[in-house]
Amino acid sequence: MSSEAKTAESYVEKPRTLAELRAEVAAGRTKATDMAASYYDRIAKVNPRLNVYLSLTKERALEQAERVDALAAKGDPLPALAGIPVGIKDVLVMRGAPATAGSKILQGYRPPYDATAVTRLEAAGAVLLGKLNCDEFAMGSSNENSAYGPVRNPVDPERVPGGSSGGSAAAVAANLAVATLGSDTGGSIRQPASFCGVVGVLPTWGRVSRYGLIAFASSLDRVGPFAGNVRDAATLLGVIAGHDPKDATSSAAPVEDYAAESDKPVEGLRIGVPAEYFGEGLDAEVRAAIERGIDSLKAAGCEVKAVSLPATRYAIPTYYLVATAEASANLARFDGVRYGYRSKASETLSAMYRHSRDEGFGAEVKRRILLGTYALSAGYYDAYYLKAQQVRRLLAEEYLRAFAEVDAIVTPTAPTAAFKLGEKTGDPLAMYLADIYTVTASLAGICGVTVPCGATQAGLPVGMQVLAAHLNEGTAFRVARAVEAAQS
Amino acid sequence: MTAKVTVEDVERVAELAHLELKPEETGPMLDDLNAILDYVAELNELDTAGVAPLAQVTELLDAAGAGGPRGDVVLASLDRATVLKQAPETDQVFFKVPKVIER
Repeated sequence: MSSEAKTAESYVEKPRTLAELRAEVAAGRTKATDMAASYYDRIAKVNPRLNVYLSLTKERALEQAERVDALAAKGDPLPALAGIPVGIKDVLVMRGAPATAGSKILQGYRPPYDATAVTRLEAAGAVLLGKLNCDEFAMGSSNENSAYGPVRNPVDPERVPGGSSGGSAAAVAANLAVATLGSDTGGSIRQPASFCGVVGVLPTWGRVSRYGLIAFASSLDRVGPFAGNVRDAATLLGVIAGHDPKDATSSAAPVEDYAAESDKPVEGLRIGVPAEYFGEGLDAEVRAAIERGIDSLKAAGCEVKAVSLPATRYAIPTYYLVATAEASANLARFDGVRYGYRSKASETLSAMYRHSRDEGFGAEVKRRILLGTYALSAGYYDAYYLKAQQVRRLLAEEYLRAFAEVDAIVTPTAPTAAFKLGEKTGDPLAMYLADIYTVTASLAGICGVTVPCGATQAGLPVGMQVLAAHLNEGTAFRVARAVEAAQS
Repeated sequence: MTAKVTVEDVERVAELAHLELKPEETGPMLDDLNAILDYVAELNELDTAGVAPLAQVTELLDAAGAGGPRGDVVLASLDRATVLKQAPETDQVFFKVPKVIER
């Protein structure tokens, strides 16, 4: 599969670093307005092939860029992301801009408010370019469930970018934004970042406000950044993290200087390697690339040791019960009454609900709503939902025990490199297994970073997942930096 | 936990979820649900007697991580006209929907 040759067509272009771009804007050598315009030019050229952006927010982006240019002209100190072009996954709302969540049911919706992560990016000077394609309601591992067509992988357009945040990963890989925001419920930031060869961050659950994130499974949903390098991803997280009165589940713990943390050496850190993540189903070339990455951590002075996470094999069934149960409740709000799509030909309220939802939702969303409704229904609740919540505790406790012995755990992010479009669409279960290495951290609420770690012989990127305990993002960034440094 | 889902089950669950499956959707959905439920039955292998369910992870974070309840303070919310503008049909004051009861 991944050993098969990739096509020669490629749109890969590495974005320049935040430090370089910010220095140029501050010195007046580059205008934020020119930078935004040049990104829109590249989007106009490349987007028809890759289908990364669903809509552009040009007016708002240019107004923000003008504000940054005015600050720079006055010689005022510039905020952390001054003039930096950033794209937003279309599950996060921006006032007045389309917010489809990749679904037909939200066609025409223009939310009247901004997500907190959006507000914080803009307050830090970021120029928000537009909304990025994704699987419908973030349900998918290939971006093929978008009602607006799949995103293509910039590394090889015949392959998927991963999902559900496929547009967010592809935008950074193809330099259609310097950085992006995505969301991760079971792997939706980490797996596409791995497939597209960029850095993706899973913050601790509660670290980033979910206000303005269209909900899929609330106990698992996280907002997190993508960037072309680890330090920039750390800077982005520092901007969007922190307590938000509009999300009662957001953590009040102080926000570290993650970029500074990522600068620290890794010598002496204890790194755990769980055998359960290197078993059957792992592509041999992916395994070899990750093992080389682990060797580079040893060379950097880390103490690498085996850890045991035997309940890992139960993570996918647990995840698909918990996530679908929560989704069936969250997606009840899409009923054709207050916003979005309403079926025209319905004589009664009940028929209007059913027709609007039937015409508005795609097959995978219906499958998950049905599975979740079934798992919560009378007579099955204890056997499915309650059982899954009990196993969830066992999975979380297993991680907590491991983190008493090691500072970070490293694994492959996904069992294979990017697969071909259409390869798994006929078999939902095979698609679910693309998340086999990511869902456990989702259930446990811990944090992690995926960092490019070599490639297959065909040139397809491989990602290493670096996991750390709750609120230990700084450690995950440090380890990811060391892996990144060993790549060149 | 190994109960096979039947066509009647799919139709009942679809009704609960306010989904109207087309006849050609029911068969494939039935097969998919059975395959997925067979797979999740693996959880039966684990003894979870006495394990408290974990619904979400706030309790696992340090005490410093808990946000705690906010004060009971009235804040401005979105105004009615702005919100109603997004609705498929309104009378400027309420959302309008098809009739609910027969007369």
